[in-house]
Amino acid sequence: MSWFRKPPRYTEINRPVKKTEIPDGLWMRCEKCDEMVFRKEWEDNLKVCPKCGLYSVMSARERIASLVDPGSFSEKDAGLASVDPLKFEGYADSLAKNRKKTGEKEAIICGEAALSGCKIQIGAFDFNFMAGSMGSAVGEKVTRALERGGEQRQPVVIVSAGGGGARMHEGMLSLYQMAKTSAAVARLKELSVPFISVLTHPTMGGVAASFASLGDVIVAEPKALVGFAGPRVIEQTIGQRLPDDFQTSEFLLEHGMIDRIVPRKELRPTLSLLVQHLSN
Amino acid sequence: MRYLDFERPIEELDRIIQQQLDYAQKTGLDMEGEIDALRRRRHQLVRDIFYSLTPYQRIQLARHPDRPYCPDYIRLMMTDFVELHGDRLYGDDPAIIGGFATIEDRTVMVVGHLKGRDTEENIKRNFGMPNPEGFRKALRLMELAERFKKPILCFIDSAGAYPGIGAEERGQAEAIARNLMRMARLKTPVIVTVTGEGGSGGALAIGVGDRVLLLQNAYYAVCTPEACAAILFKDRAKASAAVSSMKITADDLLQLGVVDEVVAEPIGGAHQDWRETADNLREAILSNLEELEKVPVDQLVAARYSKFRAIGEFEEPRRKPVPFRNPSRASKVPPEADSETTFSAAAC
Repeated sequence: MSWFRKPPRYTEINRPVKKTEIPDGLWMRCEKCDEMVFRKEWEDNLKVCPKCGLYSVMSARERIASLVDPGSFSEKDAGLASVDPLKFEGYADSLAKNRKKTGEKEAIICGEAALSGCKIQIGAFDFNFMAGSMGSAVGEKVTRALERGGEQRQPVVIVSAGGGGARMHEGMLSLYQMAKTSAAVARLKELSVPFISVLTHPTMGGVAASFASLGDVIVAEPKALVGFAGPRVIEQTIGQRLPDDFQTSEFLLEHGMIDRIVPRKELRPTLSLLVQHLSN
Repeated sequence: MRYLDFERPIEELDRIIQQQLDYAQKTGLDMEGEIDALRRRRHQLVRDIFYSLTPYQRIQLARHPDRPYCPDYIRLMMTDFVELHGDRLYGDDPAIIGGFATIEDRTVMVVGHLKGRDTEENIKRNFGMPNPEGFRKALRLMELAERFKKPILCFIDSAGAYPGIGAEERGQAEAIARNLMRMARLKTPVIVTVTGEGGSGGALAIGVGDRVLLLQNAYYAVCTPEACAAILFKDRAKASAAVSSMKITADDLLQLGVVDEVVAEPIGGAHQDWRETADNLREAILSNLEELEKVPVDQLVAARYSKFRAIGEFEEPRRKPVPFRNPSRASKVPPEADSETTFSAAAC
């Protein structure tokens, strides 16, 4: 008499399991809206979910490729890499792991490129490399990019994603990179060479509290987390929950801390226009 | 007088000395001998304790509530102090004080963090953790000093910039960044002294100078040992374990080139003898100031840039040198070694 019995309910839940079996390379699931997205479409949309508009983190090279004239980028200081000056517990392992994970030597890629034909110095952080934190090597690369901009009178664009701030593992050497990079910005300003700072999710601590906040023009991607102290630290200090939009680009715009919020797709034409205005 | 955990034996002895003194006074007996012996014992005890301090105990000393603070140094080292307030933009931050003072017949601008010694004062001073208006006040005063060609003395003693809603709304990151940028180019001598806690960006924001001095038991760090322990061991209580890997005490900082000079404290720490601490510091500041005052201002600013420019340790494969060939001796020149491979092999 089995056909009188209710079919067991658990057979129903097999379907979503099937869904995830779709080959990973072709389709992907958005972290926020949980919708299935055609990977190619997502990549063409510069890693912004076409369904809900979630911004995913771009690698440094993807970022540079999305901003500059095709084929115009030539990398500088490619071999520059961190050492472990303090013999800090776990740092050497962590560096090796992050190098393997990202295929990069450091958390920033710098070089020369052309933006709508105009020569610029560009640098882009890689958040996937130790949360885009700034140690000696990152500080040195930023400083050199700024100095090259000064020497060659080329505008400097730095795309920050330094969620880690100053890299703890290099101690005071990291903290002093804030002073070093800020001093380099000061010299650039004396030479009237434009410096455009692009803030992307997330830019915090020592990166936010140095060169990233010192651009002649500062633009940010929508909903990027930007600020000095991390939201968790603030919550612990003041003992209350923070408002949802706290430390977002929109929050900064409202408080007069940035010039514009620019969606990822419009970043390239906006930068190109700004460089044009500043160079004429 | 307040005592730290490892100072308990000293507290005990101080109590006994006080009892003897009281007894001697009450009875009129001559107890000089006994009391002197006790004082010698105390001296020896202080010595024993302070020559075997762990790095974390030194951090505790740097935070000692009886340590001299910025106004104490001003009082003990300088005269004619006139405090100036406000950032002219938003408010006056009591966590940073500043103003003109006279030291050895010259006017200087003094800027420094200020904590409180008790709860009430600490609430007023926000535990010495500045908001953006504090940093902006500091910058306003430093620019004022620059305009009137007065040297600047900065005294750092803060656990860090305040992490609060208002601070973020008013641009904590921007305020710190602007100070770093402007201080790097100030056309006047700047001498920075870390007198207690040098905590992260909030310390560095008044810390870009031609000379950076550090009191013997002060520390200077990228984040507090507690925050480091929270990240490293997921436990804030393990700060003492984190301290040794952070390299934040005087000798390490000197070795890293982060500070230029360590100023000796009296045995037992600065809180044991304010006068001696202030005298040592005054001497160190004056000798540095005299050197800096002789340097033309353009050179001074250039040297300050180079000083901070040079900080950082990293590896970089050397670029292949362009081989120099003298045509007449071309055949004798040995082939250039591939310096790139040899260097990185040696470095890794």
